[in-house]
Amino acid sequence: MTESDEPRIVIPPRVTIPIGPQHPALKEPGMFKLTVEGERIIDAEVNIGYNHRSIEKIAEGRTFLQVLYLAERICGICSATHNGTLAQAVEAAAEVEIPERAKFIRTLTWELERIHSHILWLGVAFHEVGFDTAFMYSWRDREVVMDLLETLSGNRVNYAMNTIGGVRRDVTDSLKETLLKGLDKLEERMKYYRDVAIYEKTFWNRVDGVGVLPNKIAKSHGAVGPTGRGSNVPTDVRFNDPTQAYVHLRDSGEFEMVLSDREDVAGRAIVRVVETIEAVRMCRWLLHNLPDGPIRERVRPRIQPNEVLARYEAPRGEVIHYLVTNGSDKPERWKVRAPTHANWVSMAYTLRGGYLADAPIILAAIDPCFSCTDRVVLVDAEDETIQLKPLDVLRAESNKWYESRT
Amino acid sequence: MGFLRKLINRARVKSPYVFHFNSGSCNGCDIEIIAALMPRLDLERFGIKLVGSPRHADVMLCTGPVTEQIKPRLQRIYEQMAEPKFVVAIGSCACSGGVFRGSYNVLGGVDQAIPVTAYIPGCPPKPSAITYGAYKLLEVLSEQLGISEDVAAEPVAEEQTESIKEAVEA
Ligand code: SF4
Repeated sequence: MTESDEPRIVIPPRVTIPIGPQHPALKEPGMFKLTVEGERIIDAEVNIGYNHRSIEKIAEGRTFLQVLYLAERICGICSATHNGTLAQAVEAAAEVEIPERAKFIRTLTWELERIHSHILWLGVAFHEVGFDTAFMYSWRDREVVMDLLETLSGNRVNYAMNTIGGVRRDVTDSLKETLLKGLDKLEERMKYYRDVAIYEKTFWNRVDGVGVLPNKIAKSHGAVGPTGRGSNVPTDVRFNDPTQAYVHLRDSGEFEMVLSDREDVAGRAIVRVVETIEAVRMCRWLLHNLPDGPIRERVRPRIQPNEVLARYEAPRGEVIHYLVTNGSDKPERWKVRAPTHANWVSMAYTLRGGYLADAPIILAAIDPCFSCTDRVVLVDAEDETIQLKPLDVLRAESNKWYESRT
Repeated sequence: MGFLRKLINRARVKSPYVFHFNSGSCNGCDIEIIAALMPRLDLERFGIKLVGSPRHADVMLCTGPVTEQIKPRLQRIYEQMAEPKFVVAIGSCACSGGVFRGSYNVLGGVDQAIPVTAYIPGCPPKPSAITYGAYKLLEVLSEQLGISEDVAAEPVAEEQTESIKEAVEA
């Protein structure tokens, strides 16, 4: 055996690892370029756009009712979110007030959706840290809320509950009983998962102190939703600027914004789990206080010229729909700002300095949803050059493209 | 047909490895595929297993209307799969473009880019529909590969479904 007195110092080389667009850890196409030194991530670059389907452009050629169903298909996980927020925007543009009962049912769908989305996230988080047993368990219990949504709306994923001026389906008394029964079961299971997430070392040790996003950075980078609330930023449209039945929910004084000052992935996980339990309680409150009356108001198809901004707290954070109407039955311009778009910026920060093995859970912690977010960036597939198109150039080009088709 | 070939074909039908590719979908179909793999329906009982790499897979599950940007990647991944390979288009988008048909960035259907073996329509198809589609595909495959089942699958008796339901609920 040879022995050297001088310890050798090895400087790990810098390596850039591309992840994606197809990657087993990601359910959606996105590409990340991580620059690592040994095990440490020193730089992260996010490259998305594989899902751009030009929804906003298609919408300009369709009537409001048709756009409602298109909006739903922006993202299958938060379908009621986009559907309901657009309905809200159109109603605001038409300056109509929808019946109270419709407001309650709309909010109920939203909250049920929040439950399903958060349980889905929890399962994915368990999966990312390699705790597959809990992944299977949580997805089994997710089927309970999927069944509730199916009995309520008739579909498992794209609910199509909202229409302009109200909702399409009523909640009967027998349905109410079914929903209440399902909610009881969900609450019990969610309390169990809360304890699993907090007391089970398998999970906790993987998320404790990982992907830290300090409060100040979260504020300056504009983090929204559970990502922001996990860093103690009080942003929740449901309480800050409530619409629909959230006004009553807030005034009842029984519900509070869920915040955590842990600032790491664990904090975001706790916020989501506790929020799910809150959402179950909210659903129960909504069902018990459901007012009587019609569920739908007639709205004429042509909407007067107007410019509105509708906000709602989606499961992932604040979603904004900006709508310009021009007196016809089609939107002049419709713009969607989905929460993942706001959370991207802070994510590159949280990745930096972490371990490579933690990258999947850090990525998952903002609950990214690329299909909501993808914008036009023209990337030449041959040489991978990236070309950002200003809006006017893009508009001219797309108009030319549409002209050549007709 | 040699004995070994027969054995390999049998293994292919009895335990196909599937691989999921998102070609620009809205996530709706993707979560339903995962739901089909989860305890309630459990696609794995047919021997179907989800793998992470196209090189290991026999069947590619495609969701989404194929955007311009994903098209070259989709073709490249298809070429990476080993023969024999099959593609299943899941969801209305993957079948025909669905609501996104006519957009400037969407091809409209997976079959515009690569050959497709089976289509499962629906927006999104229910997990049970996906399971049924997968089962049908296996049936067709076993016919093509010349290893048809002699015994037809037995339908489950009514009382049995009840007890299964109770077991699931408990
Ligand atoms: S078929 Fe429907 S659910 Fe599936 S990707 Fe297309 S829009 Fe989404």
